[in-house]
Amino acid sequence: MSAPSRRRPGPAAVAAKGRLRANGWLIARRTAQAAFLALFLTGPLFGVWITKGTLAASETLGVLPLTDPLVLAQSLLAGHAPETAAVIGAILVLGAYALLRGRLYCSWVCPINPVTDAAAALRRRLGLKEGTALNRRLRHMVLAAVLLASLVTGVVVWEAVNPVTLLHRSLVFGSLAAGGLVWTVVAAIFLFDLAVAPRGWCGHLCPVGAFYARVGRFGTVAVAAPRRAACDHCMDCYQVCPEPHVIAPALRDTGTDVIHSPDCTACGRCIDVCPHDVFALGLHRPRLPAAGTPVGATALRQGDPS
Amino acid sequence: MSASPEGPGRRRVLAAAAAVCGTGFLALLLGRVAAPSRTLAATALRPPGALAEADFLAACVRCGLCVRDCPYDTLRLADLADAAATGTPYFVAREIPCEMCEDIPCVAACPTGALTKTLTRIDDARMGSAVLVGHETCLNVLGLRCDVCYRVCPLIDTAIRLEMRHNERTGRHAHLIPVVDTDVCTGCGKCEKSCVLEEAAIKVLPADLARGRLGDHYRLGWKEQERAGKPLVDGIIDLPDRGYVPPSLNGEFRP
Ligand code: SF4
Ligand code: SF4
Ligand code: SF4
Ligand code: SF4
Ligand code: SF4
Repeated sequence: MSAPSRRRPGPAAVAAKGRLRANGWLIARRTAQAAFLALFLTGPLFGVWITKGTLAASETLGVLPLTDPLVLAQSLLAGHAPETAAVIGAILVLGAYALLRGRLYCSWVCPINPVTDAAAALRRRLGLKEGTALNRRLRHMVLAAVLLASLVTGVVVWEAVNPVTLLHRSLVFGSLAAGGLVWTVVAAIFLFDLAVAPRGWCGHLCPVGAFYARVGRFGTVAVAAPRRAACDHCMDCYQVCPEPHVIAPALRDTGTDVIHSPDCTACGRCIDVCPHDVFALGLHRPRLPAAGTPVGATALRQGDPS
Repeated sequence: MSASPEGPGRRRVLAAAAAVCGTGFLALLLGRVAAPSRTLAATALRPPGALAEADFLAACVRCGLCVRDCPYDTLRLADLADAAATGTPYFVAREIPCEMCEDIPCVAACPTGALTKTLTRIDDARMGSAVLVGHETCLNVLGLRCDVCYRVCPLIDTAIRLEMRHNERTGRHAHLIPVVDTDVCTGCGKCEKSCVLEEAAIKVLPADLARGRLGDHYRLGWKEQERAGKPLVDGIIDLPDRGYVPPSLNGEFRP
């Protein structure tokens, strides 16, 4: 792709559709992220317990167990046979994301997402173009390394440093408010994305996002470009997309207009920012691997720099 | 672009090899980073029913459900670079000890079994073990009657008792020394919490630290003999003992 002078994305959509519709999905997402956090916080703040625990494992209304499958996978590899509550919780989470889209977790639940989104927004505002180009496949290596290290050391390795659960835990248990060390981790990720590598953490390094991408490869929720004929190549969508490589195939004149790449987080920002309403979020039949293609091949190729 | 026909193939193999090596190094790094989490500060005690530390670090997903269900706010989750592995539950006896709830809600809440449900009686919990460390500071050792640690113990007279010793200084009084039976003490920390000194003279330490450990090859002769039900070596000739035999033994000295 080459776009010599890029305009700031957003104003064109606001002019065409109004402020609300030009930010609809963003508002919905921030609301969802706040709501997921609120489920955990009504208990400690007001004594009304809805969800106890953290994103690693929780119990809702005293009956519904939910477990992060990646954390449980590490525990299994580390040599522990977990009790049924945790296993059921992991199966529920795994099933939901496999059915929908794995990286919905990233754009609708994960507390780190607003941080990296903010870094990307600031980059755009400051007009920062340059930065280190990391390989998108790095995150698959980090994921493999996490699982390998858990197997070898017998410790749930990633949880010692995982910024996702670190931040969530300190929000819910109050150590962030008390000035815990987690601030430094969050600041480090923000500055890394801002000054070192654009979309560096979520787009290239985070093994949690990589894991959910793999899980939700054949999910049904997807963004598509049904009105791609109206596209005037303003590139606004590319600029706001946290995984810009996923858009190009859907905008081509030929082939499917559905964004099948598991990297797409279904954040809907492209829908918001397109002045011509090219994109729409909806249910689509997953693209199953063609007979004879090794299952891993599609995902890896889609992670390739294009 | 390489013109040689085997170019792309070779490049792919090299890239794959680099990826595998990179993954290995990353794993090594992560393993090292997580390794310090294996050391638990001596002040940090695990909740009742916690598996042995190495197994606990494989089992606990750091969810905090145990923390939430503790009615006394005893437990807390470790922050980054805290006294225990990041995100794992622990408590500090001197701050809030474990109240030894009969229904053990923390164990009931644990979804993974890191706090094992095989613990059904709280008296069987072994969160650590109390030790009298202040042999120069404990008021009872100094000859006073404080007894606070002894009186607050939920397992008074079994986990902790007062042992009478002659007071050499006055020559007329007794010391009542708090003595912990590490086989019975649950490590709840109530004694440490209530010790009246500025810095507690009695402390709950992780069981390994508190109890010490014999070498695996050590055998206690009298126990082996008891188990065997007979002398371990047949035909030992018991020669008459020579030397000093305290009169109190009526000549029956048996080493
Ligand atoms: S990539 Fe990782 S940090 Fe980023 S939103 Fe997804 S889970 Fe959160
Ligand atoms: S036994 Fe009771 S007081 Fe002790 S840690 Fe568990 S819930 Fe808390
Ligand atoms: S409830 Fe169990 S898994 Fe969760 S933090 Fe406590 S010990 Fe760990
Ligand atoms: S820790 Fe102290 S109070 Fe608790 S059982 Fe042991 S001796 Fe008793
Ligand atoms: S409470 Fe402290 S000072 Fe008093 S007897 Fe016990 S250890 Fe000694």
